Amino acid sequence: MLDSETNSATIADPKVVCRDVSVSYSGKQALFDIDLDIGSHQVTSLIGPSGCGKSTFLRCMNRMNDVIDGCVVTGSISVDGVEILDDEIDAVQLRRRVGMVFQKPNPFPKSIYDNIAYGPRIHGLVRGKDELDEVVQTSLERAGLWEEVKDRLLQPGTGLSGGQQQRLCIARAIAVRPDVILMDEPCSALDPIATARVEELIDELKRSYSIVIVTHSMQQAARVSQRTAFFHLGIVVEVGETEQIFTNPRDERTQGYITGRYG
Amino acid sequence: MQISLILGVILLLAAYGYQRGKGGALAAVSGDASQLHSLPSYHGAYVALWAAIPALIACVIWLSAEHQIIEALVVSGLSAESQALEPQRLALLMSDIRNLSSGDIVRADPSLEVQAAAARYTELASISLYAKFAVIAALSAICLFFAKKRIAGQFRARNRVERIVRYIMIAASVIAILTTIGLVLSLLFEAWRFFLRVPFHDFLFGTHWSPQTAIRADQVGASGSFGAIPIFAGTLLITLIAMLIAVPLGLFSAIYMSEYASPRARGAIKPLLEVLAGVPTVVYGLFAALTVGPYVRGFGESFGIDASSESALAAGLVMGVMIIPFVSSLSDDVINAVPQTLRDGSYALGATQSETIRQVVLPAALPGIVGAVLLAVSRAIGETMIVVMAAGLAANLTANPFEAVTTVTVQIVTLLVGDQEFDSSKTLAAFALGLVLFFVTLALNIIALKVVRKYREKYD
Amino acid sequence: MTDREQSTGIAVDSAEVKHARKRYRAERRFRMYGVAAIAAAAGMLALLVISIVATGWTAFYQHSIALDVTFEAKVIDPKGGRDPSVLARADYRKLARASLRKLFPDVKKRGDKRKLYGLLSIGVDQQLAELVAADPSLIGQTRRVEIYASDDVDSFLKGFIDREAPESDRRIKDKEIAWLDKLETDGAITSHLNLRFWTKGDSREPELAGFWGAMVGSFFTLLVTLALSFPVGVLAATYLEEFAPKNRWTDIIEVNINNLAAVPSIVFGLLGLAVFLNFFGLPRSAPLVGGMVLALMTLPTIIIASRSALKAVPPSIREAAFGVGASELQVVTHHVVPLALPGILTGAIIGMARALGETAPLLMIGMVAFIVDIPGSVTDPATVMPVQIYLWADSPERAFVARTSAGVMALLGFLMLMNALAVILRKRFERRW
Repeated sequence: MLDSETNSATIADPKVVCRDVSVSYSGKQALFDIDLDIGSHQVTSLIGPSGCGKSTFLRCMNRMNDVIDGCVVTGSISVDGVEILDDEIDAVQLRRRVGMVFQKPNPFPKSIYDNIAYGPRIHGLVRGKDELDEVVQTSLERAGLWEEVKDRLLQPGTGLSGGQQQRLCIARAIAVRPDVILMDEPCSALDPIATARVEELIDELKRSYSIVIVTHSMQQAARVSQRTAFFHLGIVVEVGETEQIFTNPRDERTQGYITGRYG
Repeated sequence: MQISLILGVILLLAAYGYQRGKGGALAAVSGDASQLHSLPSYHGAYVALWAAIPALIACVIWLSAEHQIIEALVVSGLSAESQALEPQRLALLMSDIRNLSSGDIVRADPSLEVQAAAARYTELASISLYAKFAVIAALSAICLFFAKKRIAGQFRARNRVERIVRYIMIAASVIAILTTIGLVLSLLFEAWRFFLRVPFHDFLFGTHWSPQTAIRADQVGASGSFGAIPIFAGTLLITLIAMLIAVPLGLFSAIYMSEYASPRARGAIKPLLEVLAGVPTVVYGLFAALTVGPYVRGFGESFGIDASSESALAAGLVMGVMIIPFVSSLSDDVINAVPQTLRDGSYALGATQSETIRQVVLPAALPGIVGAVLLAVSRAIGETMIVVMAAGLAANLTANPFEAVTTVTVQIVTLLVGDQEFDSSKTLAAFALGLVLFFVTLALNIIALKVVRKYREKYD
Repeated sequence: MTDREQSTGIAVDSAEVKHARKRYRAERRFRMYGVAAIAAAAGMLALLVISIVATGWTAFYQHSIALDVTFEAKVIDPKGGRDPSVLARADYRKLARASLRKLFPDVKKRGDKRKLYGLLSIGVDQQLAELVAADPSLIGQTRRVEIYASDDVDSFLKGFIDREAPESDRRIKDKEIAWLDKLETDGAITSHLNLRFWTKGDSREPELAGFWGAMVGSFFTLLVTLALSFPVGVLAATYLEEFAPKNRWTDIIEVNINNLAAVPSIVFGLLGLAVFLNFFGLPRSAPLVGGMVLALMTLPTIIIASRSALKAVPPSIREAAFGVGASELQVVTHHVVPLALPGILTGAIIGMARALGETAPLLMIGMVAFIVDIPGSVTDPATVMPVQIYLWADSPERAFVARTSAGVMALLGFLMLMNALAVILRKRFERRW
């Protein structure tokens, strides 16, 4: 439930709809009845002090919390109208549709080519080497990495710089043609120049994908997102247009966070 | 019993020294212990240590050298003809003399010369015994005396004692190195003596192994052939079979335990593998000889293959089972060391658990697994009892697992267990084989540890 | 599966679903491989235990033939002096044979008589001598004595020799079976616990062979091993962990220890042979030498285990002790080592357990001889349990097969005890910092 009077949790034509989502780890509750809509072809950012459940919530949307022992998720999350918290839903298929980029770049210890090709291969998305080559090239181009690595596709992905590795991970995620991309503080391990490049990329990507980004940096949220949700102590305090949240927040807690009274 | 008597005497002198030292310290400050630099017990310990340690060192040196010196003296007292005997025969003669002297059974009617030499041996031995006692006791007493003289109020006994203890600890640490040196030297020395008789090239590359030596002087053409290739081949065959069992079973057990098993299941599986690791190899050997060997033979014969009951397959199978815990526990460590974020990255792309393991985790863990396999191979090569009890003795150069082959370790045992005099070519051949074994396993271990260390560095 | 197709809903095509099903099948197969691997290992272990127990349990009981033996004074003690050496060497076999002849008067032919006497163990005179030595008043009396049956008779009575098989294939012939049947109907065949196994040393005759000699030998050997490797190991570990500066020398020592831990055990046997036996002239087959060789083998294990136990003690303990003015050595001996002791002891017990099961190095130093007497000290010739098992395994007599497995059961029993002790020690005393 939203804690403020004006209910901006819902929007028209959302990509992902979350209602009453609660998460607990081995009995200890971390998220309390979250209501939130994620818009399509736009960037939604989740901000708030550390430990307030942003990443936990993010991981609900592609059921990565299944991997953690003792984690219980209740409520309803639907992607394109399909309820994904159902037991019958195949998490493996879901994750093709909802991709994720992590805080610390985690390329596989394989070649750049194989890193990108991994997803399409296991899902059987391509027939033949030519198609695969095409997918790899397109993904790298979309991630803005093609020009830099086209001559060394067979070299290990771990040999790239931090920023390049993160763009590689983004390319890897988009190679399976997802609808939604979840990003968990994707720039926190990168230097400012690499960060700027990734933010540029996110801006381009929103044309083709719906993006949810968790970020510690309010400036980043302001730069990159169209909608912002402010999380605090496991609940959504306020959600709305990014500009409105940052210039004219409705809730005093939001105000306090933005002005740096607490972090 | 000599040794315990000497130790007892040294212990008594040390205890006496302790009392005197302690008492002396208190006496020096007229009973006021707070005037002492160190506690009285440290003064006591100082004297005790000086009473004991030099004496113990002397004891060890004496005991070590005694045997060789007495032997040399007795040999020098033999007739010129006897001294000119070739080493094997001389050694036989000496053992007769020793046996006669100690009252054991002798080979045949001892000649006058042997009887005289035996008497001399006994005489020398008892002289040595008394001299030993006297010297050691004297040494202990003298050291005690001088140490006691040092005791005074301001004497820094505790520091001295602590320094002595530190030297003792360093000595203990050095024993590991001494062992390695002793190992290498003794193997090298005996193997070198072997290679004086049998050329290195013939040994390493010869394909006929039939170790014979002349027992009696009239046997002409003493040595048999010492070509070790069939033995190396047999070792490789059995090791290969063992690895074919151990690596898949061990690796998959490790994968299941670290990726799929619930904590409860893990708690049940780990002890199971530890039990497998704890069974003595002689029990595995019995199992191989009693149950597996006949079964393999029956199995082969039902297919019309002429299988020996000492087949390489039987020995290799059981050895493989023995090595499973080795592979699985090392692989378990290695797989757990792969960072979780790699797995997360794979799951987030929509991969199943088996796909993640097969295509992300295992390739990442590969160097570590290779290291584990190398260590397991080293263990298999050095394994003795299973093959002694289940594999054959004939050096058979073959690739057929149903035939009987022999291994390096079996040959070492066969060559040395028996009434062989120490110096014959046969026994020295065992040392040559031992040398090869030592260096091969050492090389494998070093490579394996290097590989695993490089792998660890990648992820830490 | 149609439900699933529709529920994934997020624009799925049937090709993908089919592919997904293939992947899930592969996933199940993969998981099965893991389970199968573990089941195979467990199965082999079970097979091992079952085959050992199945062959060994019959060794724990033994058959005897009850005979009325007249302890004739003129055979045992003609001069009447009750001199123990005379009593020990009397021809007791004669008395036993007399009893047999009384039971079977119509056995006349010499060959048949020999077979009749062969029903009894060769150790019958030893057995009767022991009875008389314990109670000389037996002389002149007639008593019913249970005399050990020969190993073939014992095997037959346990069902290992098939009476239906053709006579030429059997070790027990029809005549002997007839006599045994008669004895059985007369109630003269008894079976009892095989106590000789636990109290006597080795023998050429399986029915007389015991494991006690090997057990005592193992005890003495482990005693020497412990006495040598424990102090040296703990001292070395303490030095390396607490005092040694980090330089090239300590690195070399560490590398050395790790390498030694991986050297095959037989190589240590070669070292023992070349150095201890040949150079130092120590007695062959003695627990002293065996203990020294095993000590060298166990040393790296103890050092490594002790080092981890010492490492686990938190630095705050050391700092506190330094704070009250203890010297380095005092900190270590008064504070650190006592706290690390449970871990050190656990490591030592496990090292000893491994040493108990070692065979190869002891073969090299000669503990493989046929030893009948129970060793009385560390320099008496002896053998150890695993070597005894190995020797018995080599013997052709069928009855030794059972005893070999019984020996294995005894050895495994000791190992279980030692490991249980280590586990208890760990659970009760180990502290979690």
